Amino acid sequence: MKQSLKWNRSKTTRNNFITYGVVILAYIILQIMIGTDSITSTMEGLLVPICAYVVMALSLNLTVGVLGELSLGHAGFMSVGAFTGVTAAVALGRNVTSGPVLLIVGMIVGACFAALVGFLIGIPVLRLKGDYLAIVTLAFGEIIKGIFNNLYVGVDGSGLHISILSDTTNLAADGDLVIGGPMGLSGIPRESTFTAGVILILVTLIVIFHLVNSRAGRAIMAVRDNRIAAESIGINVTKYKLMAFTVSAALAGAAGTLFAMNYTTLVANKFDFNTSILILVFVVLGGLGNMLGSIIAAAALTILPEALRQFSDYRMLVYAIVLILVMLATNNDTFKAFLGRLKPGAKKKKEAV
Amino acid sequence: MTFLSFLISGISLGSIYAIIALGYTMVYGIAKMLNFAHGDVIMVGAYICFYATSRYDLPPLVGVILAMIVCTILGIIIERLAYKPLRAAPILAVLITAIGVSYFLQNAALLLWSSNPKVFSSVVPEGSVSLFGGQLTIPYVTLVTIAACIVIVAVLVWFTGKTKKGKAMRACSEDKGAAQLMGINVNGTISLTFAIGSGLAAIAGVLLCSAYPTLVPTTGAMPGIKAFTAAVFGGIGSIPGAMLGGILLGIIEIFAKAYISTQLSDAIVFAVLIVVLVVRPAGLLGKQIREKV
Repeated sequence: MKQSLKWNRSKTTRNNFITYGVVILAYIILQIMIGTDSITSTMEGLLVPICAYVVMALSLNLTVGVLGELSLGHAGFMSVGAFTGVTAAVALGRNVTSGPVLLIVGMIVGACFAALVGFLIGIPVLRLKGDYLAIVTLAFGEIIKGIFNNLYVGVDGSGLHISILSDTTNLAADGDLVIGGPMGLSGIPRESTFTAGVILILVTLIVIFHLVNSRAGRAIMAVRDNRIAAESIGINVTKYKLMAFTVSAALAGAAGTLFAMNYTTLVANKFDFNTSILILVFVVLGGLGNMLGSIIAAAALTILPEALRQFSDYRMLVYAIVLILVMLATNNDTFKAFLGRLKPGAKKKKEAV
Repeated sequence: MTFLSFLISGISLGSIYAIIALGYTMVYGIAKMLNFAHGDVIMVGAYICFYATSRYDLPPLVGVILAMIVCTILGIIIERLAYKPLRAAPILAVLITAIGVSYFLQNAALLLWSSNPKVFSSVVPEGSVSLFGGQLTIPYVTLVTIAACIVIVAVLVWFTGKTKKGKAMRACSEDKGAAQLMGINVNGTISLTFAIGSGLAAIAGVLLCSAYPTLVPTTGAMPGIKAFTAAVFGGIGSIPGAMLGGILLGIIEIFAKAYISTQLSDAIVFAVLIVVLVVRPAGLLGKQIREKV
């Protein structure tokens, strides 16, 4: 018993190192490709969004795969992170000119606000189960979108000016309107870099692996596997659910800031239901609870529409067909048995829902 | 008087949500899956009716029936090709497949019918009823929508309660294994549910576009999400619940638009939903299932 536990742990550690290794290796290869100009400019432009989506997929995997709760509003946290983070960066940018500092402060502020929102929304919501939780997260995502579409925030010498529904910020002459209602964010400092994105991915991996392999992480997974059993041995279900949900929201917030600071303007509608669904697709395709799978799925599916460019008008159609066929194939017993034979060491895994 | 006219247009919009929500709730009840492609079936139904009436000058009623037939067949095909092979798969896998089907329908519509908005001509004759000496006017389309919703719900309640097929449906949603042992054709029943749900989606699509006449390939997406919300609001799996949820959602949306803020109306609708679900976690008319330990 003891031996098997040890073996298990060493295997987890090994898998974790493989994940770190893949990310770092991909970074080095891509840097070499950028250095030797063997990458198209569209692909280069996709690198930061890919990093942001990878972090989104990893953080959603914490909610869906590790905690076992379906969330359809993950883009809402991304939105909170993007809007608050950029506001902080613009406000700070009036005095500080160092790009990395702005990006880091933006990400931290974005993560903090997203965590706060995640915590607040989590308190009532996590008492619900299954599809009801899913619909409430969906509703939350739509509410966030509605609010940011009607929020006006400006910065000038005397501080932040906030108004809702119509622009009554009355900024001083040298003020910047950061959030302009339906016009969204404008004048964003473009400080996101591929390197920053990869660092954020690594930080996310460290946070998630440390959480999952800790006492708290085991409690979270116990809640996922059998809530009643977990409750009966004294695990505080609400506390651990909230913990996973808040951490997931915070990481999504940081990813949102990273994503936003790759553009000069950004509207709230970018973070709608479809974005939440897209990220969920990454997580499910990559495998629930499988972090490396999330990374690969997020990167591959972000590149796929670009790679399908030769099909021009048909590319989204092909994308949909690929998505359906992959889901049908991965849930087909014959196909699974075939894959199992290819990979002798593969253990049987049960997907939690 | 304006209050009354807002109330009536709320009920009318709510009736459309209710008809869509019925499709969601029936499929959910029996297959335990969220059929995200349902909203796009609405759009297909509206396009079929549009082409039948505007291009080929068929009478509106023929257009509606044609749309229903096409959507019913479409629903059966989708179920057979995409969902049936996943009967034993985890719920999330089915959900992602449904999203794939939704993307597929939207993009196929984009290729077939282009993204140019089509102006849908109402299947209901223009005109309105005047009440209280002209103070209150109700367009015919509003009356027809509300009447259609009431008839559909009544027929469905009768169908699931009294007929053999309907009882089979309820048995399958209760316990598939036991239903099969009793000699019920479970696969056939699930196909039938999809067929009914998709046929209803066609009616909803035609009514939706008669009231809001802009037709684009993504027309079905937002009403789909809202109807899904309505189904959960009323208690998913319950037919009267879907109707109640849909109508309440419509009324809240119109009132929020009229009295609070047009831009924030969606946010208000969803906020009310969250409050209701926190107070009644299984929806308004949903069964509160007690967990057995």
